[in-house]
Amino acid sequence: MENVIEMLHITKRFPGVIANDDVTLELRKGEIHALLGENGAGKSTLMSVLFGLYEPEEGQILVNGAEVKIKNPNDANKYGIGMVHQHFKLVNNFTVLQNVVLGVETTKRGLLSLEEARNKVIELSERYKFNIDPDALIANISVGMQQRVEIIKMLYRDNEILIFDEPTAVLTPQEIEELMAIMRQLIAEGKSIIFITHKLKEIKMVADRCTILRKGKHVATVDVADTSVEEMSELMVGRKVDLTFDLGKPKLGKTVLKVRNLTIRKEGHGHQTLDDINFDLREGEVLCIGGIEGNGQSELVYAITGLLRDYQGQIILNDKDITNSNIRFRNINGIAHIPEDRHKYGLVLDYTLEQNLIMQSYFEPEFQRRGLIKFAQIADYADRLIEQYDIRSGQGRNTLARSMSGGNQQKAIVAREMERRHNVLIAVQPTRGLDVGAIEYIHQQILKHRAEGFAVLLVSLELSEVLGISDRILVMYNGRLVGDLDPQNTTEQELGLYMSGAKTEKVTVHE
Amino acid sequence: MNNLKRKRFSLTPALPSLISILIGLLAGIIVIVIADSSKALLAVRNLLLGPLYGIYNPNQSSLTGIGNMLFFMIPLLMTGLSVGFAFKTGLFNIGASGQFMAGSYVAILLARKLTGIPNSWRWLVALAGAALAGMLLASIAGILKAFRNVNEVITSIMLNYTSMYLVNHLIRATGLYDPLKNRTLPVQTEIPKFGLDKLFPKSFVSGGILIAIVIAIICYVLLYKTTFGFELRAVGLNRHASRYAGINEKRSIIMSMALAGLFAGMAGGMIHLAGVGRAIQVRDVLPPEGFDGIAVALLGLNHPLGIIFASLFMAYLKVGGQTIQTLGFAPEIINMMIGIILYVSAMAVLIRKLLSIRAKKQSETKALGNSDGELYAVHDPPDPGATAAAEKLPPESEDSTNMAISAVQEEIEEDKHG
Repeated sequence: MENVIEMLHITKRFPGVIANDDVTLELRKGEIHALLGENGAGKSTLMSVLFGLYEPEEGQILVNGAEVKIKNPNDANKYGIGMVHQHFKLVNNFTVLQNVVLGVETTKRGLLSLEEARNKVIELSERYKFNIDPDALIANISVGMQQRVEIIKMLYRDNEILIFDEPTAVLTPQEIEELMAIMRQLIAEGKSIIFITHKLKEIKMVADRCTILRKGKHVATVDVADTSVEEMSELMVGRKVDLTFDLGKPKLGKTVLKVRNLTIRKEGHGHQTLDDINFDLREGEVLCIGGIEGNGQSELVYAITGLLRDYQGQIILNDKDITNSNIRFRNINGIAHIPEDRHKYGLVLDYTLEQNLIMQSYFEPEFQRRGLIKFAQIADYADRLIEQYDIRSGQGRNTLARSMSGGNQQKAIVAREMERRHNVLIAVQPTRGLDVGAIEYIHQQILKHRAEGFAVLLVSLELSEVLGISDRILVMYNGRLVGDLDPQNTTEQELGLYMSGAKTEKVTVHE
Repeated sequence: MNNLKRKRFSLTPALPSLISILIGLLAGIIVIVIADSSKALLAVRNLLLGPLYGIYNPNQSSLTGIGNMLFFMIPLLMTGLSVGFAFKTGLFNIGASGQFMAGSYVAILLARKLTGIPNSWRWLVALAGAALAGMLLASIAGILKAFRNVNEVITSIMLNYTSMYLVNHLIRATGLYDPLKNRTLPVQTEIPKFGLDKLFPKSFVSGGILIAIVIAIICYVLLYKTTFGFELRAVGLNRHASRYAGINEKRSIIMSMALAGLFAGMAGGMIHLAGVGRAIQVRDVLPPEGFDGIAVALLGLNHPLGIIFASLFMAYLKVGGQTIQTLGFAPEIINMMIGIILYVSAMAVLIRKLLSIRAKKQSETKALGNSDGELYAVHDPPDPGATAAAEKLPPESEDSTNMAISAVQEEIEEDKHG
């Protein structure tokens, strides 16, 4: 079978680091080729080379058998290479159509003329059942739809080689299914796809072959059909990874968090309403709030942590009524919070790692005296956390958070929250966007926390996570708790029924 | 923190500022040559020597020139701090002029009216009043920003005019008006010279400069060495994350703005209590000092210690400008040079960005080995042709400077010439 792209023996060095070390990737026409590797394995560098953002020191790139030099993204486009970035490149207050034509606008006598473009977008949308309105504003459509706009952008430019950079990280399970179908249809029409991911299940679902990178080196290229998930995972991480944990019976302690009649009625503002939420969280248990994204989990967490204040009901933390308390009070009195959005809430990206590690404790006597910061103590503390949680970065504690990889940013947040004085850990999608090795690590940390008698409130969209590491599941649907399940006796299918609202039961608290 | 310290004191970040200064000087020299080539050599020499001009002039001690420079430095340093401090905490204070005006008025008012207080320390009360006036005025912008999310650029511009007209009115209403000279009545109270007048004889030098430098150092300590500064900068960089961390971000925003106003208000107080006969002219013109502060802050990279040097440099130029006047050149050449430096240093931000992108491309990356996943976030590969506009730039203060600067540039021009 002919290769549309051949990247042969690519070596790309950065000072102190070899990001790609003799990496070879061959993409056949009409295949979905998965590129698998941990965070930092060199996947993105390799794609940047293909995209003309970096010039490799060694190696060559062949497109349709002919050697080419790709010096910038425009060259890449010329050779028909298009990319859906992990973080979409869309103008929020432009319409779908405007975004699609941006950069290749069609004009008539110098004036914008989008009729043809509109027809082409509608035609593409119909062919792939995208169901997209060309005149909708980007700001008003869902993340899944935005991704389709990105795909249309590539198709509109007649790209033949499509790169998907971790496309499923932001999607709901339903949307992932649909994306997989779209990818299959694309190759059926002769396109070729490079699919960057670290989710093995998805590779199993759609990919034909898989190239695995580890620490910048090419480890193997395998036929997906003949390789088990376990084998691929081992190739990627370099050791056996076990994501199944034997939880054992929880050693339940006293109730540390009580939520009573929590209700949010405010319409608008893009907030989901909450309807009479009641539950107890006890020491030594992992209580999981399951559900499809956008069913009120975020609002529930914001209410408990104090980021959202317009609610009715009562929240009691360690026997203190914190219903009207501010965020600092809740933090000091026992709540630690691994937030859903690590860039918005979790980190000050332009602060250093060290500064981020003390975001909620800089005022403790340990780190300041009469308002003056104790730099030496903070440095020691940061170094201890960095070592203990294996947070990797370029310049240690002085690295800007912005320049760290997603996995290490998340580790920093996890380290900060777990090491802070607290007894209730609220972890919202703590493994979002992380690779298997990192997921395993964070799961281990959460369970260690549980074993030490901390209470954990876990909010997750991943069924495997919901079922894998929790002692009890509360399912949320449309702002209400609709299921109180025991993970030991629940199947994914049953959980799915509750999550989609097909099955509901009344959840009550036994005082 | 050793690494950090080493980084902080390297000259590299100041390079673009130095380049823009050089370009500004060159432009000035070219204009001088065009204006009168016969005296150009002399003029350029005097200009570059600035306050040191006295070395060549037997009638004037060079110490006098330096003393004058230190006087001119006062408002530049204080308004520079005002703008720079706000900037470091994510706010753009264009209201320094209005705060300066409010401070000036209150200082004069207290100095003239508080006759019950002995003259020897009445200046302290007057200066404190000036600081408070600037603070209160700026707080309005801070409060609106914190509670109603009103852009502080807009409110502080508006408050400039509010302050100016209010002060013009109050000067008459409180009996401070001198109708013959169309300005405020003279002030006897002055900030002690702390012996500086002996060091720099026959000059305008005022003890205010020592106070200003001390305040700049306090400002530095506050921003970088205290938990308070940690909070203020965190809020400036990421309001959401700060709130999540339990920082009262509304309070922080108000405090930032209030302190910025305090500095600008003090600038007004210091100038009018310097004992050099300055008075508020009753005109519909904003005092240029506030806008000079933007230039100083930019040139000093918004860092309190950088601002000390930037204001020193600007003051040096101002004195140089006076010396070329004696040769028949218009002193406005200096204003023009400062203008060019301001423009170029706004571009310097761009230059710095380009430099850092290049540097990043080449060296970012020890982190790369582990930060491969986040590479695109660091410098996004433009999707072929399509997305330059779509890139979500991080809210770096430099960007907002650029935007805000182009927004107010017209304003500044108008006021300088108006």
